[in-house]
Amino acid sequence: MEKLSDKLFTVKYVEDTGRAHIEIVDQTVCATKCEGKYCNHFCPAGVYEWNEEQKKNLVSFGNCIECGACSIGCPFDNITCHSPRGGFGAQYRLG
Amino acid sequence: MADEEKFDAVVVGAGPAGSAAAITMAKAGLQVALLERGQKPGSKNVMGGILYNHYLEEIVGEAWKEAPLERPIIEERRWMMTQDAYIGLDYKNLRNRAKPHSFSVLRARFDPWFAEQAEKAGAMVVPETVVDRLIVKNNRVVGVATGRGDDLYAEVVVVCEGIGLGTGLLEKTAINGQPLRRKLRPNEVAMAAKEIMQLEPRLIEERFNCEPGEGCTIECFGDSTMGMSGFMFIYTNKDTLSVGGGALLSEFNATLRSPNQLLEHFKNHPSVKPLLRGAETVEYLGHLIPEGGYRGIPKVYGPGYLVCGDAAMLSNPVHREGSNLAMESGRLAGETVVHAKETGDFSERRLAEYRGRLDHSWIMADMKKYDKAVPLLEHNPQMLTKYPQVADRALDEFFRVDGTSKWDKQSKILKMIRKEGALRMGWDTFKALWAMK
Repeated sequence: MEKLSDKLFTVKYVEDTGRAHIEIVDQTVCATKCEGKYCNHFCPAGVYEWNEEQKKNLVSFGNCIECGACSIGCPFDNITCHSPRGGFGAQYRLG
Repeated sequence: MADEEKFDAVVVGAGPAGSAAAITMAKAGLQVALLERGQKPGSKNVMGGILYNHYLEEIVGEAWKEAPLERPIIEERRWMMTQDAYIGLDYKNLRNRAKPHSFSVLRARFDPWFAEQAEKAGAMVVPETVVDRLIVKNNRVVGVATGRGDDLYAEVVVVCEGIGLGTGLLEKTAINGQPLRRKLRPNEVAMAAKEIMQLEPRLIEERFNCEPGEGCTIECFGDSTMGMSGFMFIYTNKDTLSVGGGALLSEFNATLRSPNQLLEHFKNHPSVKPLLRGAETVEYLGHLIPEGGYRGIPKVYGPGYLVCGDAAMLSNPVHREGSNLAMESGRLAGETVVHAKETGDFSERRLAEYRGRLDHSWIMADMKKYDKAVPLLEHNPQMLTKYPQVADRALDEFFRVDGTSKWDKQSKILKMIRKEGALRMGWDTFKALWAMK
C-alpha cells in the first residue's frame, strides 16, 4: 500500500457529522503570507489541500488522525484544532 | 457539588502515565477518576512501540505477565543507511529469553488492559470523555470541565493528556495570568507516521531470524529519514510488523516533505523492501513525539495539579524510550498525591515533592544527559547524510576483492577520509560524544 488515501481507509473513524474540530483562522494569511503551504506537506493525513482557484486551504477534517502537528507546525499560528467530542474521531484498533 | 463527591484525584488521559498514576493512587485507597477521550483507553494512543516490563512490574507486580504484549525483544539491530546500502550493528542476546526486559506492543490492546488494572484497584474509569478545560478558582486548579457538561472536582488534577491536540490543557489554563505551559515549537516535536502490516507469524520468524514468539527490532538512521533528524523502525509483533518513524516537525517544514513520503522512502529501501514483501497494511497512524530535551520540560507541578508523561515532555528519543518515562512519572505523581492525602496537605509546596522525586530519579538524569542530542543532529545534518556515505564507500573498498593489494586499498580509504575532512569528522565525533556525556 503506497497511497495515503488507501492508508486512511484502514483507520476507523467515528464521524461527528458537521462538527469541524479544525479551523483555519484566516484564509487570507494562507493566500498572501504563506508560500510553503506547509500544512499541505507535514500533515500525515493530508487534511489540508490548497485550492488555487478558490485561493483557500480546503480542510478535510474527517481524515484527521489527531496527531496535533497542525497547530505547532503552522508558522503563522493560523490553524486551531481541538479534540473531537468524547468517543468521536479516529479510533485506533491496533495502535 | 457536595463535598463527598469530590475526588482525591482526577487523572486526565488513560495512557501509560495516567493509568500508572491512577493505579498507584487507587491502590492506596484514594478516590480516583481516570478520564479518557477515546471510545476506550488506547483508541487515541500511538507509539512505536517498545514497552519495558521493569516499570510495569513496579506498578502492577506479577500481573505484568498477563499484559497483552506482543513479542519479547531478543535482538536489537541498528542500521546506518545510505541510498542503497546499510551498515548494521546487530545485538542478539539469548539470555533475554529467560529474562526479557522489553516487548513490542500494540497500544490499542495494551492500554485497555492497563486501565483495567486501575479499575480493579478501585479507580473509576470514564471513557468517551474529553476534558475541555481545567477549572481554576482562587488561582488553584480545583477540577476539570468535561465535554459532557459535567464538572468534576478534585484535590489534585493529574494531567496525562499526552502531547495534546491543538492547544493543550496547560497551555490554555492560566494561574496568576501565566499560562501553565508555553506553546511547543516545531523543533521540539518529531512528526512520526507508522503502518501496521500484517504478516504470518511463520514468515516474521523466518525473515527476522527469530524463534517462535520471539521478536526483533530494527532502527535505521541516515538515508532512512532522508537525512532529517530522526529515525525509522521495524518492530515485530505477533502477526504484524510496526513500520514507521519520523523526524523533527521543523525539518518537514524546511524540506516540504510529507510523513507518508518518508514512510514510503523507507519501505522501498532495498534492504527493507524484502522484509515487508506480501505484508498488508491494516492500520495507518500518526503521532507527535516530544523531543524538547531537558530544557523543554514545562513546570510539572503547581497549585492543584501535576503533569506526567508526554504532557510533561518526558521522552528520550535517542533510546526510543517514552512509555517507561510516562509510567514512572505517573507512579511518582501518584505517590506524591498519596503522601499529600496522608498528611492532609494538598498545598503546592507538598505537590512540589513530585518534582523532587523526578529530580532524584533516573528520569531527570537521562533527560539532562540527552538534552543536546536532538539539536546536535538538527544542526549537523552531515552526521546523517555524508558520514554514512563515507563509511559505506570505505567498507565497499575494504570488502571488495578486485585485484588491488590490501596496502593500496588501505591507503585509498585513508586518502578518501582525508579528502572528506578527517579533522571535521573527528571534531563531529567528539561533539556527538560530548553532547551525550
